[in-house]
Amino acid sequence: MKLRTLTLGLLSASALAFAAHAESITIATVNNGDMVRMQKLTDDFTKANPDIKLNWVTLEENVLRERVTTDIATKGGQYDVMTIGTYEVPIWAKQSWLLPLDKLGDDYDAKDIIPAIAGGLSVDGKLYAAPFYGESSFVMYRKDLMDKAGLKMPDAPTWDFIKQAADKMTDRANGVNGVCLRGKAGWGENMAFLTAMSNSFGARWFDENWKPQFDQPEWKNTLQFYVDLMKADGPEGASSNGFNENLALFQQGKCGMWIDATVAASFVSDPKNSTVADKVGYALAPDNGLGKRGNWLWAWSLAIPAGTQKADAAEKFVSWATSKHYAELVASKEGWANAPPGTRTSLYANAEYQKAAPFAKMTLDSINAADPTHPTVKPVPYVGVQFVAIPEFQGLGTTVGQLFSAALAGQSSVDDALKQAQDAATAAMTEGGYIK
Amino acid sequence: MARAVTTQHKTIATVAAWIVALLIFFPILYTIITSFKSEQEAIQGFNLIPSGTFESYTEVQAQSGYFKFFFNSVLLSVGSTILALLVAIPAAWSMAFSPTKRTKDILMWMLSTKMMPAVAVLFPIYLIFRNFGLLDSRVGLMVMLMLINLPIVVWMLYTYFREIPGEILEAARMDGASLWNEIVYVLTPMAVPGIASTMLLNIILAWNEAFWTIRLTTTDAAPLTAFISSFSSPQGLFWAKLSAASTLAIAPILIMGWFSQKQLVRGLTFGAVK
Repeated sequence: MKLRTLTLGLLSASALAFAAHAESITIATVNNGDMVRMQKLTDDFTKANPDIKLNWVTLEENVLRERVTTDIATKGGQYDVMTIGTYEVPIWAKQSWLLPLDKLGDDYDAKDIIPAIAGGLSVDGKLYAAPFYGESSFVMYRKDLMDKAGLKMPDAPTWDFIKQAADKMTDRANGVNGVCLRGKAGWGENMAFLTAMSNSFGARWFDENWKPQFDQPEWKNTLQFYVDLMKADGPEGASSNGFNENLALFQQGKCGMWIDATVAASFVSDPKNSTVADKVGYALAPDNGLGKRGNWLWAWSLAIPAGTQKADAAEKFVSWATSKHYAELVASKEGWANAPPGTRTSLYANAEYQKAAPFAKMTLDSINAADPTHPTVKPVPYVGVQFVAIPEFQGLGTTVGQLFSAALAGQSSVDDALKQAQDAATAAMTEGGYIK
Repeated sequence: MARAVTTQHKTIATVAAWIVALLIFFPILYTIITSFKSEQEAIQGFNLIPSGTFESYTEVQAQSGYFKFFFNSVLLSVGSTILALLVAIPAAWSMAFSPTKRTKDILMWMLSTKMMPAVAVLFPIYLIFRNFGLLDSRVGLMVMLMLINLPIVVWMLYTYFREIPGEILEAARMDGASLWNEIVYVLTPMAVPGIASTMLLNIILAWNEAFWTIRLTTTDAAPLTAFISSFSSPQGLFWAKLSAASTLAIAPILIMGWFSQKQLVRGLTFGAVK
């Protein structure tokens, strides 16, 4: 009896000891192909770290943003690793909501991270989030329709060329729209595109003193060009089209050109889902000869909230998921074309990757063409290419997005939309204490 | 002649009812159809005939275990319903049989809490949950679901109880029944249809509740609403997978609703003619 009690006691004690030793970390993430792939490959991490258990919470992008913001602002401590974007990182790091990533390991090679991406995720020279995948935007076009139009897409087109090509490619009788662009309202939807586009037209959201600039001719030129282009050559009901809607149109052969995220290249060139997979060409986002292109910069990145109790385990995971080793792991299991793009310079130097992903060079060139610290032709007091990295931007960006979407739908004029945008921005900036 | 007109009216009413029912059910039907398509088929416009592939179901199950979420949904909806009934039956009883001049005001005030947008109280609720260690706990979420559905449960029960003649309760009291016995042995059996339909409706409401169940859970207590949410993607067309996840999530409650529709309709129309 005594022996049995002793054995039971020892077993319970060792079970307790193991339970106390095993640490589980909770990772909040978005649902996209790369993130789902990572979840499937985590055996590689848990084999090397048997004392760390991974719990996944996958959410839709907007819900995820709201959930992690609530949690981090209230120090809820629900997550140990958060997937956040280049918009959140500078704001949250300044609030001391994120831990700096300074223990990623000796073989991590942080200098290999593409400089433009690292710049967007750093504050005062410290990295606060490690990029899992990065993207810019570029022109995806139908080579066959371009040939039919008797045109040749340059590597670095101008907006005037895009307009000319769109006019020639539009074939309403056969359901082909010359160009497909985002029109759905939202700071991450039409405003991501329009803000990046406005940079190439010389416009800016605010001047050096945070005074809104929608009353300036550069914004009028941007919005008028966009509305005219879409009315002449865009798809019907474009004001409700976002990334997914345009992706569906392009894959079905209904767009001559589509200017959107570089990550879309792998979808439109996938013969399993795209009817035009072998006919797609790529070019840099257009410019107007002012020194800035209309492309954006974004990276889904892994960050560690300051409230976590498991910082070491969390950083080990972040290091693994964003390492060179991880890209090699993906390549060995699913081919180089599926390696997470846009984060490491070494990936783009890899001959096998270049061969597997024909859009690799253009993606890297696009990322390198974006500078989040100097996004505009004229000087600005903010960071961010397709957004303004201030907390007020989410609300204001969506309000302005609704006004511009209404202008595209013909519910208001370009002048009215700009005037209302100026009023909304002035009110938000005054309320935020940026201007008096 | 009169009979012919009545038959004609009946036919028109039946056809109209079928059309309305089909219109209401169509989005669900199309979701089910889409779940049996490949991703490429799903984006190729309107098509009512799927290729019949189970690919999306296999991938959905492989990507995230359905049964853990299902178990949580059952536990949360049934648990919150039992809690709600335990609180609402005495509350509705007192308001139905011992009303004061403020009873109507209290009922209106209770209902008015449903008119407030949930997001307005997100931060206070989140902080309360955090401070009491209730984030991602089934108990916490059960209480939350009970609280948000309580006004409707009290209102429904109050309406049913008002239909029961007070004299019967008086008779029970004259026979020496205590308050407890009066509620348990006299009132409850008479109100069983009403309680049953309230229970069913509350289970459906709790099952479908998405705002709080997504925001107050992470892994342990996450129900099927969180399961569906994880398949929605702003960058990538995963409509067939999303449809398969939605079908899996709504199937149990749809089947339950189908089998209990008589009780539901009876309960929902109880006292409606008065």
